[in-house]
Formats: sequence, structure tokens, C-alpha cells
Amino acid sequence: MRKLDYAGAIREAMTQEMERDSRVFVYGIGVPTWSSIFGTTKGIREKFGKERCFDTPISEDCMTGFGLGAAIRGLRPIHVHIRVDFMILATNQLINMVSNYTYSTGGKLKVPLVVRAVIGRGWGQGAQHSKSLFSNFTHIPGLKVIAPTTPSDMKGMLTAAIRDDNPVICFEHRWLYWGEEDVPEEPYEIPLGVGRILRPGKDVTIVGLSWMNVEARLAADILAKRGVSLEIVDPRTLSPLDEGLIVESVNRTGRCIVADCDWVDSGFSAELSARIHEKCFGTLKAPVKRIGFAQVPAPVVRELENEFYPNARTIVREVEDMLGLQAANLDGEDFFSHERRFRGPF
Amino acid sequence: MNFAREPLPKATAIQLFKSLYLARRSEEYIVKHYPENLMRTPMHMSMGQEFVCVGVCAGLEGKADVFASYRSHAAFLAQTHDTDRFFSELYGRTSGTGEGKGGSMHLAAPDKGHILSSGVVATQIPVAVGAAFANRQLKTGRTAAVFFGDGACDAGVFWESVNAAALFKLPVLFVCEDNGYAVDTPREARQMSKSLSDAVKPFGADTYDDDSGDVESVYALAKEAAAKAHRDGRPAFLNVKCCRYLEHVGIGTDWNWGYRDQKTVEREWIDRDALKVQRARLASHQIGESAIVAMEDEIDRAIQASVKRASQAPIPAPDRLHAGVFHEKA
Repeated sequence: MRKLDYAGAIREAMTQEMERDSRVFVYGIGVPTWSSIFGTTKGIREKFGKERCFDTPISEDCMTGFGLGAAIRGLRPIHVHIRVDFMILATNQLINMVSNYTYSTGGKLKVPLVVRAVIGRGWGQGAQHSKSLFSNFTHIPGLKVIAPTTPSDMKGMLTAAIRDDNPVICFEHRWLYWGEEDVPEEPYEIPLGVGRILRPGKDVTIVGLSWMNVEARLAADILAKRGVSLEIVDPRTLSPLDEGLIVESVNRTGRCIVADCDWVDSGFSAELSARIHEKCFGTLKAPVKRIGFAQVPAPVVRELENEFYPNARTIVREVEDMLGLQAANLDGEDFFSHERRFRGPF
Repeated sequence: MNFAREPLPKATAIQLFKSLYLARRSEEYIVKHYPENLMRTPMHMSMGQEFVCVGVCAGLEGKADVFASYRSHAAFLAQTHDTDRFFSELYGRTSGTGEGKGGSMHLAAPDKGHILSSGVVATQIPVAVGAAFANRQLKTGRTAAVFFGDGACDAGVFWESVNAAALFKLPVLFVCEDNGYAVDTPREARQMSKSLSDAVKPFGADTYDDDSGDVESVYALAKEAAAKAHRDGRPAFLNVKCCRYLEHVGIGTDWNWGYRDQKTVEREWIDRDALKVQRARLASHQIGESAIVAMEDEIDRAIQASVKRASQAPIPAPDRLHAGVFHEKA
């Protein structure tokens, strides 16, 4: 096996599926251009031609309806948004059309459409280039929603999404693009709706979403030095949710913190917290805690950005609080490593 | 203008008459029976403007994927003639187009080329562009036609869609059923441009204006526009003036709303009703009154039979509520 980064995993999944199935195509603003969506679409136009990899006008609403039309008439589109913030323009189609035509036609129409949405923090991206909006889409019946964390999960889940006969929204945190691990070269599927225990532990379950799993791993390393053991559960698919895996973990540990990279109020963390309270009420030793963005629009200046976004330090402090431990001195720990690495401008 | 430059063949005249009659009589049945409260779905009636969908669908000879708005009845029946599934859906039966889950605004018979209709203004328009793209990629030989009202031309996605179709060289027929009103708001209160066609043309579409009120003109126009669109690889915009006889949604008239004058509408539209004109045209083809009545009776019997089958079809069982949110692999 060879190492592959997350962006490479996306590129490889799409390329292999396009080789396997001539009905698959990828399109969106900036898709075939030099910058190639952080490298995730690099080389695809050269390999498959401009009919299967193309740019679009800045018409997200129209181009989403276009994807729906292509999907219900036999193609398998992958629509890419370089920011989820721009995909808001597509929500009329996603929520009013894409999500419900299979149901309201009694299954006569199938919609094999993948919509990739880049999320995440950058370099003073501010209020319009940094949202996540998971719960805006998990709220809607008829949409599958995934947010893989690791390169190998991304390759297998994106492959499954492309082969799925239903609309799948794939959230990709831009900082994850740098992550690298062993990824099988051959095509493979990881079924949607199946979560994963990223790190086994016994004291507190951290349900991490997307980038927050990276922060949770760092927090787990820090806390392990003090003999505190975190179990990290990555749902991977947000809808349909692998509730059983989370419930099983929390029933074992008796404690849970949901670490979301999104706003807390009415966020996906609220859904997770509600379900865990409903299903694990008898075994919980403490109320479920939620971690997420500060409930303000994302600020630009770095000092406020660092306050806005939760990270491993936030998780450590919440775990200490939950377990009644004294706050440890974290001066020697390295936080914000990715935040320092990013050089912008986009 | 009127695009029927010479009389159409007798067989075509009959075909158009029958299709118009089917749409009109199906809706007359609805008007009569809606108050029974057994068809519990909001209906946006086509009555008066059926000739647009009938002419276009006949002109495209089944070779197009058709998309429609919530004013869906005429488009669905013109393309499919499937009164069984139509009435079954309105009555909420398992034998309907969406097993009762779609209703009047979401009719779909993709096997017969009516792909879907949609309840939010203009949402169906870009879907047709994607369908045309799929048809080109898959070399099906089919094109795509989409019906919408002049209200949909207020929406940005209409302009986005014309631009995208032109840019991608797709032969989409954008058919504006221009009845002049968005509910009761006149076009002048919503659009600055005096002519939609003039505004659309620079986007790279061929444009056509039909104010004939005549199904044969629309038929000839659709044939001509589709052939040119296919030949030149560019979209066409058909602006067909028409008149909705009933209220925006529901089975009543709306003369008491005060936004349009009954006498004027009668003089300008109802007196030259497309169905009436087409019926008279059959006489000019030496078709006798008894033969015309026989055609009408046959269609009326078909509608009655469909209604009967619908009323005898099962209502979805409660467990169907949760079924079919996602498409399962067979």
C-alpha cells in the first residue's frame, strides 16, 4: 500500500469511478481550472475530456437543477462547490427538488447525484467563506449527508456515494486535504450509514465531526498522559446516522462530548445530543456536552478566529470539567498547527 | 404571429382536437367533482391555455422529455394521454403517478416522456437543461421541452437556464405559457422589458412569439423550433400568449377579484377558444357532426373509465408513509 492524502483520495475515487462508468461526470465553478478545487480535480479534464469535466457559469441554482435533470435521465453527476457558503444558492433545488422527487413519484425517478461541498477554516475567511451548515442538510429527508475524516474513509465513501442511486452531499473540510495515510489503490466502497471508532477508549466518548476528529485525537494524546482515555467515534455519515455505534459507545463510557465544527445552536450536535440522551439516559453519568463554533458570524482577525473555533484545547477543558479534574497546564502543547500552516489567500 | 402557414393534414387536425378535448373534459370532470372533497390536492387548472401544451407536445412527436410547472394537467395529458394514472394520482391511489404522494403539482410519467412537474415557480426549468445534456451524452436522439408561465421569467434561474443551455449548445425548448399574470399580478408590474423575446434573444436562443391562440399554430411552431434547435445546437424560447380561464389555483372563476375584466377576456379569448376553433376546423375537413360527436363520446367514456378505475384502486397503506424516501437497488 502507498500513502495518499485526502485530496488525492477524492481525486482517485472520482477518476476510478469515471473510468468504470462512462455516465459519471464532474462539474462546477472552477472544476477544470488550474487551481482544480484544491487539487481534487487535477488532471481529470485531460483524461476524460471537456464533456465529462467542465466549468459552469456562476449559477448554482440552475446548475443544481441541471445535475438533477442529468441524473434522472441516466447520468451520474458530481457537482462541486468550492465553499458550502456558495451552495446556499443551490438550496432551492436541493431542498425543493433533489430531495423529494424519488418519494413524490413513488420511486419512478432516481437521483444519483453527488454534491461535494468544501467547508472549513482558512486564513481570515470571514463570515461568507467558512460555514459548515451540516444540519441544514441533515434536516431534509431524501438527502444523504457524509463528512469523512480520513483519506481512506473518503475514498471508500465517495466511491459509495457515486455508486449510490440517491443524492449524497459530501462535506470536505479543507484542512483535511493535507492528511495522509495508507489508502488501497484499487476501488472499494465503504457503505454509507456506518460509523467508525477512530480510537477506542473507556472514560469519555467524543463524537467528532469532520475536522474535529483531528482535534479530538490530539486531545486524546494529551489526556492519555494523565491516564484519561477518550473514545473517538466518527459517524462519517451524518444522515442516515449510525446511531447504534454511538449509543453502544456511550453506554460503555457513560460520558459523551459532541465535538462539531459548526454552530452549536440548532446544529447537528443538538440532534446527536438529543438522541444520546433519549437512548442512554440510564447509563449517562453526566449530561452530554456540546462543543462548536461561537454563536457569532465568523470573524476575520486571527486572535478572534482562534476564539471562535473550538480545538483540542477546548476538548481537553471540557473533559476535565466533566471528570472533575483540575485544568492541566497546556503551555507545552502544540495547538493551531494547521492554522499556522495555511498561507492563503483562498 | 400565427405559425400555421397552411392548413395541417386532416389526421393532425383530428389528433390535436382529440388531445385538446381530452385535457378540457378531464378538467371539466374535476370542476364538477372537486367539491366532493375526494381529490384533496391543490389544482392549478390549465383550462383555456391547454392549446399551448397540446400543440407543443404533438409537434415534438414524443421525441422530447417534457417538464411542467404546477399548472400541470394539460402538459401531462397532452404528452401521455394517460387518464388512468392522472386521475388515480388526483384521488390519491396507489395506481397514481406517485402512488398518491405527489398529487396534482408533482405528476410524473417518465416512461411516457413526462418527466416531472414542479410546484415552486421556475424550479423545473434548469432540470430540463440537464435532461437535454444527458440526452446528448447518451445519444438518445431526444431533446427536452419545459413549460412555465411568464411569472417564472421573473426568476433568476430562468435566465441562468437559457444562458446555460446556449453556452452548452443544448436544444432545449423553453415554452412560456404567457397568460400575463403571476396569480393576479400583471406582467407590467413585474417586468420592465416590453418583450420577453427581445430580452431572451441576446442570451443566444432563437425566439418565437405566438399570439394566435390557435393549437395548429403552436404545433407548427414547435416543429419548426425543435428542428432548428436540433440542427443548430441551440435553445429556443417560445413565447405563447394564452389565457387562464379559471382562478390561479382552484376550480372557480376569479372575475370578482377585479384584476381582469370578464367581458374583455371573453371577447379576446373565450370567444375564440382553441378547442371550439379546432372543432370547427374538423368540419372544414369534411368531418360530419356525428363523427365528431363519436370522437368526443369515446374520450368521455375513457375519462369515466379512468375515474372508475381510480376510485376502485387501493389507497396507500399506512406503512407506505416511510417507504421510498430513497431509491433502493433492485
